[in-house]
Amino acid sequence: MGQPITVTVNGEKRSAEVEPRLLLVHFLREKLRLTGTHVGCDTTHCGACTVLVDGTPVKSCTMLAVQADGQQVTTVEGLMTGAALHPIQVAFKQEHGLQCGFCTPGMMLTSVALLKDNPDPSEDDIRWALSGNICRCTGYMNIVKAVKSAAVQMRAAAEVPAETAAARS
Amino acid sequence: MAVETPLKGNIGDSIKRKEDDRFIRGKGNYLDDVVLPGMLHMSINRSPFAHARIRSINTAAAQAVPGVVAVVTGELLAQHKLAWMPTLSGDTQAVLATDKVRFQGQEVACVIANDPYVARDAAALIEVDYDVLTAVVTPQQALQAGAPLIRDEKEGQKDNHIYHWEAGDKAKTDEAFAKADRVVKLDTFYPRCHPSPLETCGIVADVNPATGHATLYMTSQAPHAHRTLFAIVAGLPEQNIRIISPDIGGGFGNKVPIYPGYVVATAASLLIGKPVKWVEDRSENLISTGFARDFHMSGELALRNDGRMLGLRVKMLSDNGAFYSDAQPTKFKAGLFHIVTGSYDLQAAHVETDGAYTNKAPGGVAYRCSFRVTEASYLIERLVESAALEMNMDPTEIRLKNFIQPEQFPYMSATGFEYDSGDYPRAMQVALDKLGYQELRKEQAEKRKKGELMGIGVASFTEVVGAGPGKHYDIAGLRMFDSAELRVHPTGKAILKLGVKSQGQGHETTFAQIVTEELGIPAADIEVQEGDTDNTPYGLGTYASRSTPVGGAATAMVSRKLRDKAKKIAAHLLEASEADIEFDHGKFFVRGSPSKSKTIQDVAFAAYTNLPDGLEAGLEGVTYYDPPNMTFPFGTYLVVVDIDRGTGQVKVRRMVAVDDCGVRINPMVVEGQIHGGLTEGFGIAFMELITFDEEGNCIGSNFTDYLLPTSWETPKFETGETVTPSPHHPIGAKGVGESATVGSPAAYVNAVIDAVGHLGIRNIDMPVTSDKVWAALNEKGAAE
Repeated sequence: MGQPITVTVNGEKRSAEVEPRLLLVHFLREKLRLTGTHVGCDTTHCGACTVLVDGTPVKSCTMLAVQADGQQVTTVEGLMTGAALHPIQVAFKQEHGLQCGFCTPGMMLTSVALLKDNPDPSEDDIRWALSGNICRCTGYMNIVKAVKSAAVQMRAAAEVPAETAAARS
Repeated sequence: MAVETPLKGNIGDSIKRKEDDRFIRGKGNYLDDVVLPGMLHMSINRSPFAHARIRSINTAAAQAVPGVVAVVTGELLAQHKLAWMPTLSGDTQAVLATDKVRFQGQEVACVIANDPYVARDAAALIEVDYDVLTAVVTPQQALQAGAPLIRDEKEGQKDNHIYHWEAGDKAKTDEAFAKADRVVKLDTFYPRCHPSPLETCGIVADVNPATGHATLYMTSQAPHAHRTLFAIVAGLPEQNIRIISPDIGGGFGNKVPIYPGYVVATAASLLIGKPVKWVEDRSENLISTGFARDFHMSGELALRNDGRMLGLRVKMLSDNGAFYSDAQPTKFKAGLFHIVTGSYDLQAAHVETDGAYTNKAPGGVAYRCSFRVTEASYLIERLVESAALEMNMDPTEIRLKNFIQPEQFPYMSATGFEYDSGDYPRAMQVALDKLGYQELRKEQAEKRKKGELMGIGVASFTEVVGAGPGKHYDIAGLRMFDSAELRVHPTGKAILKLGVKSQGQGHETTFAQIVTEELGIPAADIEVQEGDTDNTPYGLGTYASRSTPVGGAATAMVSRKLRDKAKKIAAHLLEASEADIEFDHGKFFVRGSPSKSKTIQDVAFAAYTNLPDGLEAGLEGVTYYDPPNMTFPFGTYLVVVDIDRGTGQVKVRRMVAVDDCGVRINPMVVEGQIHGGLTEGFGIAFMELITFDEEGNCIGSNFTDYLLPTSWETPKFETGETVTPSPHHPIGAKGVGESATVGSPAAYVNAVIDAVGHLGIRNIDMPVTSDKVWAALNEKGAAE
């Protein structure tokens, strides 16, 4: 029996009839084919499935799609603005903050939420914020560097007039 | 931000990774992202018991669930001779249990359905009537007389003993011990842990009933070897099998074996005529796929009073689980564990190993190490720490006194390895300087006076990686060479196709850099392809740090082959004799007149448009490289810990890692590999454990119980390097993916023992958790 839901995913309204037990991650991956969100552990530990729900990082393997009804969901596919990468995406590449790439979307989304609340986080702030996202490859040092570097870029961008920033990117 | 000059990507350039562009956009293509038209989903019913006889299996309720297409049991597979499959260690393993289940989590039956949720629902409805038997959960129990026989189906198998294997010279070692002033002994257990790549294992099997072609998308670290094994196991013609290993979300050895789920999904696709997807959940990954370690080790070191080591005696008992399916070269029953003499000039050594079946998951893999090197490195480095403690010597002094010296290379070890190159004292000195070792020793002495516990751990490891040579090393009989095919297109852009397969190591960047160095084509112009057996040359795959030593060598050699041909074409273009043509970073010129030159791009164009008479068109080649020897990366790791006497909590204050992996192709990528390995080593030392209760229930079957390091507890690392090139590798590289996991666990644990050794504590087995440390302190009356 399907239940109708409407979720705004990456700015676009998506309506569907879903089984009440369908997990949000499967709604995103299977129904909407947004496969950038990954499943790593099924139990909310690893954070590979992290998406933003109304701006807050949520592990989409432990939330039902029906619970997201009427809310705004941002996945990794929604990080770019047009053809321009988000500063966090640029920083992860620049600082070698990823290796296999499987944790990367979740890591970046958690980082984006952190930087929204705290534009100038300390190393401990970053490590604490990311402690629900497991990475098996990098050892976290370069991820921390990436978040710091994105913070610098984003603060700098916030200080210049909007049209200059647009011209640069 | 300063504008950086774009790097061409020569060896030594830390260029940014090419593969990252898709990963940061969420556009990677991992196994679970593969969706085919009409695809069905598989779910596995697993044994809740460690040891039980199957009386009957009733699939009626599962069959009746709407959406279920088929239920596959061992009985059905047996009709197709697929109920059992060969393992990588020459044993057999049940694909689906027919007679008994032999470990908790063993595959019993599979449901194929049109929806993954339905498949899981139905799998839970399969009724299995079990007659529960006594579980055997340790190898010591397994080898006792009268222990329940686990492999009763195996002809001639009278007990639970699997193998006995020895290395070194027993008589010579006995002699060395007879001459020794003292003998230091250490019994230690390297517990079972699990590679736990963030992406679990899976397959999408697509067998076309009309053509008989099987396209298998698989999380495979060794797609070519897997194709051959599939051909043998499933009886499919090999030319009809195409394995595509897409982007892999981490492997660390976990994706080397062939698992029952792969076989059933393929068989199901063949029988049903539709694609079948199977992706493990995390618990399935932890309880049934390739675990690591589980070695019970006993080491004895014979020493002179001045600290000189005379001999080493090692006994090891491995717990292999219910099926001996370790992924390792055929001749070596305990992998390369006999590298246990480590970095030391030990004239005599003898290693005795035995393996036992238990009612635990099978599939011993090397979790980020080369065939059991990490257990060996751990034992010798812990043993040397014990010797230093008992002889009241500084742990660096005893090592310096016994290191193989730089002038002794190539060095033949007492267990039969020819070490290629090394400078152990220098790596240690760099590490000591970086740490400020002497100052910290002073601080430790001060703290000790006040009753505070601080320790400095040392480990100076030597690894053996990069198998072959093929005449000694194989996987299931397949020689461990590797391959590279290079095609330079008319416009000077190239495609490099490899037999190895990245799981995050950055092959698309670093292997392009080898071509850049050898041919001068910018790395940005080189596309690296791996993982598709139809479109890459045959190779043995990526594990045991072998991609750079073997696949990297193949890449250099094929580039040189093309360069030789390019020289002929350049001579034609420059109207000179080939003998007079010189090459320097992408330019060919006549000796003595570098101003008149042709670029590699000019030559590539001419290879298709303007050839000298008699020369074949094109600029392409393929090389299969069989290395003359293994490579031997090494390093010294130093760890500083502070321990709370009240809680036993260990805090890693510093971690200095100096690695020598020979020539570094992309230092950024090398550093990244080391960071990752140090973190996994940290997890193994302090957190990660797969254990079992007396009934054989797996404890550690999810990330609540199986603890992985997060950003919060992971230490910050201080890395350093020395460079001692491998003399036999075309570009002098040795491989680095695993050094840090091999070397670091002993460094972490030695730091803890260094902090508490003066209290009489000689050993705490991993994971060194707070409760174990507190209990050890309490036993000595030193806890608060």
